[in-house]
Amino acid sequence: MKPFRKYTGSVVPLNKSNIDTDIIIPTEFLKRTERTGYGQHMMYYWRFHEDGEPNDDFVLNNETYKQATILLSGENFGCGSSRENAVWALHDYGFQVIIAPSFADIFKGNCSKNGLLLIELDEAQMNELFSREKENPAFSLHVDLENQIIQDDSDWAASFTVEPSTRHKFLHGLDDIDLTMTAEEDILQFEKQRAFYMDPSVN
Amino acid sequence: MTPKTLFEKVWEKHVIDTSLDLPLLFIDLHLIHDVTSPQAFNLLKEQGRTVRRPDLTFASADHNVPTTDRNLEFKDLLAKKQVDALIKNCKEFGVTVYDLDHPDNGIVHIIGPELGLTTPGKTIVCGDSHTSTHGAFGAFAFGIGSSEITHVLATQTLPQAKPKTMNIQIDGEMPDGVSSKDIILRIIGEIGTHGGVGHVVEFTGSTVKNMSMDERMTICNMVLEAGARSGMIAPDETTFAYLKNRKFVPKGEKWNEAVAEWSELYSDPGAVYDKTVTINIDNLAPQATWGTNPGQVTSIDKTIPSPKSFTGSNERTAAESALDYMDLNPATNMNEIEIDRIFIGSCTNARIEDLRLAAQVAYGHKVHNNVTALVVPGSYHIKRRAEQEGLDKVFIDAGFEWREPGCSMCPGMNPDIANPGDRVASTSNRNFEGRQGKGVRTHLVSPAMAAAAAITGHLTDIRKWNYKGGLRKNEAFS
Repeated sequence: MKPFRKYTGSVVPLNKSNIDTDIIIPTEFLKRTERTGYGQHMMYYWRFHEDGEPNDDFVLNNETYKQATILLSGENFGCGSSRENAVWALHDYGFQVIIAPSFADIFKGNCSKNGLLLIELDEAQMNELFSREKENPAFSLHVDLENQIIQDDSDWAASFTVEPSTRHKFLHGLDDIDLTMTAEEDILQFEKQRAFYMDPSVN
Repeated sequence: MTPKTLFEKVWEKHVIDTSLDLPLLFIDLHLIHDVTSPQAFNLLKEQGRTVRRPDLTFASADHNVPTTDRNLEFKDLLAKKQVDALIKNCKEFGVTVYDLDHPDNGIVHIIGPELGLTTPGKTIVCGDSHTSTHGAFGAFAFGIGSSEITHVLATQTLPQAKPKTMNIQIDGEMPDGVSSKDIILRIIGEIGTHGGVGHVVEFTGSTVKNMSMDERMTICNMVLEAGARSGMIAPDETTFAYLKNRKFVPKGEKWNEAVAEWSELYSDPGAVYDKTVTINIDNLAPQATWGTNPGQVTSIDKTIPSPKSFTGSNERTAAESALDYMDLNPATNMNEIEIDRIFIGSCTNARIEDLRLAAQVAYGHKVHNNVTALVVPGSYHIKRRAEQEGLDKVFIDAGFEWREPGCSMCPGMNPDIANPGDRVASTSNRNFEGRQGKGVRTHLVSPAMAAAAAITGHLTDIRKWNYKGGLRKNEAFS
């Protein structure tokens, strides 16, 4: 994972709650054995018509937002299936930060392993962001993960909180498995005292 | 001593003492399948790591597999590539794999309990959100992503923030025609699709106590759709009776020792949950979803709600867009919604009791001319058992298709998908847009309700059903 400290990007609004991972990456596009190449199918059913032509009414297809890398969305973003492909798809498409009132648990865990930063803001702050974006089509945000502050180009700023271990990992670009393996001795000790009935009994 | 919840007891037994930031949880059982594991194995190999505990890792091919003749070549080459990768990776790392033709093959969440791999007090993970199913045995079981799969393969552990606890107490006697599927749909309807976010739910109460394991698995399976991290039920005599003599459980004196330990797994009197919800089901009616998330659900004898009836603006907009996608109007009677296809199957409702209930409904009737009806048992064990009981014959005589086990129409990853615009009554767990094929409209229901809809051609109140062979709850059908 690359370290993530400060980030500036333009914003696209998708003000809808419960955007599930089936929407983010439909099942039919999961059949790859790789972790790459999912961006082309991100939100496929919303981005494209049945004949494969782009759906011009969908916000992500609007020219204004083609370069956007920060997604604003509604509550419970990423709910449903555990597919990590959803995170790979969003990241591969170009999103670096997603801002919403809340995120689904498994999705959150998956993002923390792929360097996709999730920021939770309360509803009033979200509303403010949506309305500022509306007034200013070139709306950008500056994210400072070190100090956990997000601000726009004028007078708006908010603090946010990222779970400390996730923040630590992002700031230093750390890999989970390497971190865990620093405790290998402890794992070995634990394994020695597990109860017999915790193992499948082959007799 | 401070009273502890069931979850806390299981949690504490699995936290490894380390100096890391997050609690590091030892994982007792890791289940893997064809769709989410290839990328995880690839990462493992790229990083030059190996599987730490192949003896605690078990695989089954389920998501992608064809449910028609297994001897047919896969029509879908990408699907074949994933199944082949699963088998190859498992062989390379010494992991037991139940491939397509293995007599123990089936949906991972069905074969875990069936083989006695799922036992009380374990931590169980799988790269599939419905891993919560195993919580019915008093295990802490949850879905993980592909990076986490790699993490568990490499270390047999997972760093985890400790979730909060929620008690959902269910009391009352299940009315005729009402199943545990209806109960969990109602609960999701009440607390909403994110009512459980960040929590492990423990189901308690007299109704749960009286449920069979098959019924318990259905509620734990679907609690995930309320946003919960997992569901759990304290193990009891019903649990032990289900598990005894299964393939991987301890035998003889060891069995007694294990049961003695497992019997300690319950929430102590006075244990405090972060949240408690109570529900009485004495007057519960069979449920069916009308929208595009499992919380958009109502009773079969009611009408589709008007979006205006929702107080929050988010819910109102969600209802409007759901009705638009579903091509339905408010105030339509639920039991008049016409159906093109029905699917009885999935890790939610493809166990033997589900099939019995559906067969009792189907017995002596014929599937409606406009309907295609699919019955997909959850595993080969269930398929063989159903065939011994003659359920396959009941279904086939009535005009249902009787298939080989797999996830089939639930994730819609295999050839089993509906056509755009089709309306499906499904016993699975998700009615999301496009879940069962692009433009497909899904109504989630119980197995009995799905069987009835297959015959009448529309959603039907099962309480008024003409059971031509009688109704015998949870009994073998013969």
